[in-house]
Amino acid sequence: MSDVSVDANDSSLANSEPQDNTRRRFLTIATAVVGGAGAVGAAVPFVASWNPSAKARAAGADVEVDISKVEPGQLIRVMWRSKPVWIVRRTPEILEALAGHEDKLKDPNSEQEQQPTFAQNRYRSLKEEYLVLVGICTHLGCSPQHLKDGAFEEIVEGVQDGFFCPCHGSKFDMAGRVFESVPAPLNLVVPPYMYIDDSTILIGSEAEA
Amino acid sequence: MNAFLDWIEKRIPMMRVANMHAIQYPAPKNMNFWYVFGFLATIVLVNQIVTGIWLTMSYTPSAEQAFASVEYIMRDVEYGWLLRYMHSTGASAFFIVVYMHMFRGMIYGSYQKPRELLWLFGMFIYLALMAEAFMGYVLPWGQMSYWGAQVIVSLFGAIPVIGEDLVVWIQGDYVISGATLNRFFALHVIALPLVIVILVFLHIVALHEVGSNNPDGVEVKRPKGSLSEEEKTKFKMHEYYTNKYDIVDDVVPFFPHIVLKDLVAFTIFLFGFCYVLFFAPEMGGKFLEHPNFEIANPLKTPEHIFPVWYFTPFYAILKAVPEKLFGVIAMFAAIIALALLPWIDRGKVRSWRYRAGIHKWNLIVFAIVFIFLGYLGGTPQENWKIVASQIATLMYFGFFGLLWMYSKNENTKPVPERITK
Repeated sequence: MSDVSVDANDSSLANSEPQDNTRRRFLTIATAVVGGAGAVGAAVPFVASWNPSAKARAAGADVEVDISKVEPGQLIRVMWRSKPVWIVRRTPEILEALAGHEDKLKDPNSEQEQQPTFAQNRYRSLKEEYLVLVGICTHLGCSPQHLKDGAFEEIVEGVQDGFFCPCHGSKFDMAGRVFESVPAPLNLVVPPYMYIDDSTILIGSEAEA
Repeated sequence: MNAFLDWIEKRIPMMRVANMHAIQYPAPKNMNFWYVFGFLATIVLVNQIVTGIWLTMSYTPSAEQAFASVEYIMRDVEYGWLLRYMHSTGASAFFIVVYMHMFRGMIYGSYQKPRELLWLFGMFIYLALMAEAFMGYVLPWGQMSYWGAQVIVSLFGAIPVIGEDLVVWIQGDYVISGATLNRFFALHVIALPLVIVILVFLHIVALHEVGSNNPDGVEVKRPKGSLSEEEKTKFKMHEYYTNKYDIVDDVVPFFPHIVLKDLVAFTIFLFGFCYVLFFAPEMGGKFLEHPNFEIANPLKTPEHIFPVWYFTPFYAILKAVPEKLFGVIAMFAAIIALALLPWIDRGKVRSWRYRAGIHKWNLIVFAIVFIFLGYLGGTPQENWKIVASQIATLMYFGFFGLLWMYSKNENTKPVPERITK
C-alpha cells in the first residue's frame, strides 16, 4: 500500500498509527454526493405530486361544441379545462367595425403569441364569423363582461361592442384585442380549435397542417 | 416537592430556561404600550392554533363540500359560529398587532445593529403569516376565496418563461380547482403553522440573545466591568447575561413585571376583540367580504375583487404599475425593502426621540401612506385612484430612499447615558 500518505503533523491523535486523510476525505465527499443525489431523488415525488393528476388531465381533454343554434350577435359559453370559452357569432357590422379602432389597441396585429398561428389575423379566428376566445382576462384572471349593441360605447367612445373586465377595468374589442392604457398586458387567448364540420367546433386541438 | 423538581431539573432544564428567559430576563423598565404587541401576537397565534384545530374537526376540504361544511359549522355545530368567528377575527387581529409591532420596531430603531437577524426573523414570520392568511381565506370556497386565489396565483404567471407552468404546478390543475383547495388546506393547517411556530421560537431566541430594545434606544447591557456596583441592577438576573455584561439599574425581570403589564394590555385587547367577535364579525365586509357568502363560481367574476384589508396596501402597489411583471416586482420589492431596513438605515441612533426631525416626519408620512394605500387597494377602482396609488407607491419607496440618504449624516440629538424615566 504505497499510496497511503502519512500525516506526521497530526498531533491530535494519541497513537501514532499512520492516518489516511485523502481516503477519509474521498469517503466524506462520496457519501455527501450519494446522499445528496438520494435527497434530490426523494424530492421528485413530492414536487411531481403537485402536477395535475391523471384525473385533472383527463378533465382537460378536448371539447366538441355544436354551433348551429348560435344566433348572430350571441355569445355562448362552454367549459374547456374548467375555463370559460366564449364562442361569439359576429355580425357583418361587428366584423366591419374591427378595422375602425385599431389605433387604440396595444397589439392590433396579434403579434404576441396569444393565439394559434391560424388566428393571427384581424378577426383572430379561423372563420371570420365565429370568434372563439378563452374568457379570462390576461391581467389577473377575471372573466370580462360582454357589452353589446352600443353598451360598450360608455367604456370606449365610438366602439359599439366589446368586452370589459370589472375587476381592474381592462377593455377588449370583438376580436379579443386589448385596448391601450388598461392593466391587461395582452390580447385575450384564442384556444387551439378546429372545425369538425360546418356546425361543430372541437376545442383543444388544431387541424394538422 | 423540591426533591421532585430537582429530579426533573437534572433531566431537563426546566427552571434554568424559565429563569433565563422570564424570571431573570432583564427587560428595560421604560417599555411602553408599544411593547405589548409581541405578547399579543403570541396570544393570537395560540388562539389561531386552538380554534383552527377545532375547525378542522368539522370542515371538509373539497371543492364540493367546503362551502357547505362552513355553513354546517356556522349553523349546526355547537358553538361552531364562535370558533369560526374567533378564527376569522383572530386573523385580522393578528395583522393589526403585527403591524403595530413592526411600526414599534421602526420608530425605536429596534432593527438596528445588533438586532438585524431578529428583524429578519420577524419579516419571515410576516411573510409566512401572509401566506397562511391567504390560504386560509381560500378554504371556505366562496366567491372571494376563489377569485382571490385566482388573482394571487396568477401573479406567478408574470414570471418570464416558467410562469405558466409554475401556475399549473401550484394549482395542480389548469385552473383553481379542488386540487388547489386541498393542497392549500394541507399547507394552511400543517406546513405553515409549523413554519410560523419555529420562526417565532427563533425570533424569541434571537431577541433574548441581543436583549430587548426600549423607547430610548439606550443599551441596558454594558461591557463587563464598566459599571460600578451602584449603577448595576439590584435584581437577580440570570448568569447567562451577568457573566458577559454589566446590566444597568434600568431593568426589571420580565416575569412578573412585564408580563403583568402585558396582561393589562391583553384585557384591553380582549374588549376590542370580543366586540368585533360578537357584534361585528364581518366588520362591514372588511374582515369577511360579502361575496364570500356565495359559493365559488368559476364562470362568474364578482363585480369587485379585493384581498382582505391586510393585503390591500400591497395590492394597491400591484395595481399602480401598469405593466403586470413590474407590478408584481414592485409589490414584492415593497416587502423586501422593509426587510432590508437594518441596512437602509445607516444611522447610529435608534429611537426617533433622539433622531432628526425629518426622521419623525418620514415615519409618520410612511404610516399615513401605508394606510392610504390600504384604502386605495381595498375600494373599487376609479380613475383618480390610479394616479393616487402611483403617487402613494412612489412615496412608499421614497421613505426608504430618504432614510438611506439622510441617515448617513443625520443631525441627531444627544442620546442620554441612561434610560430617562
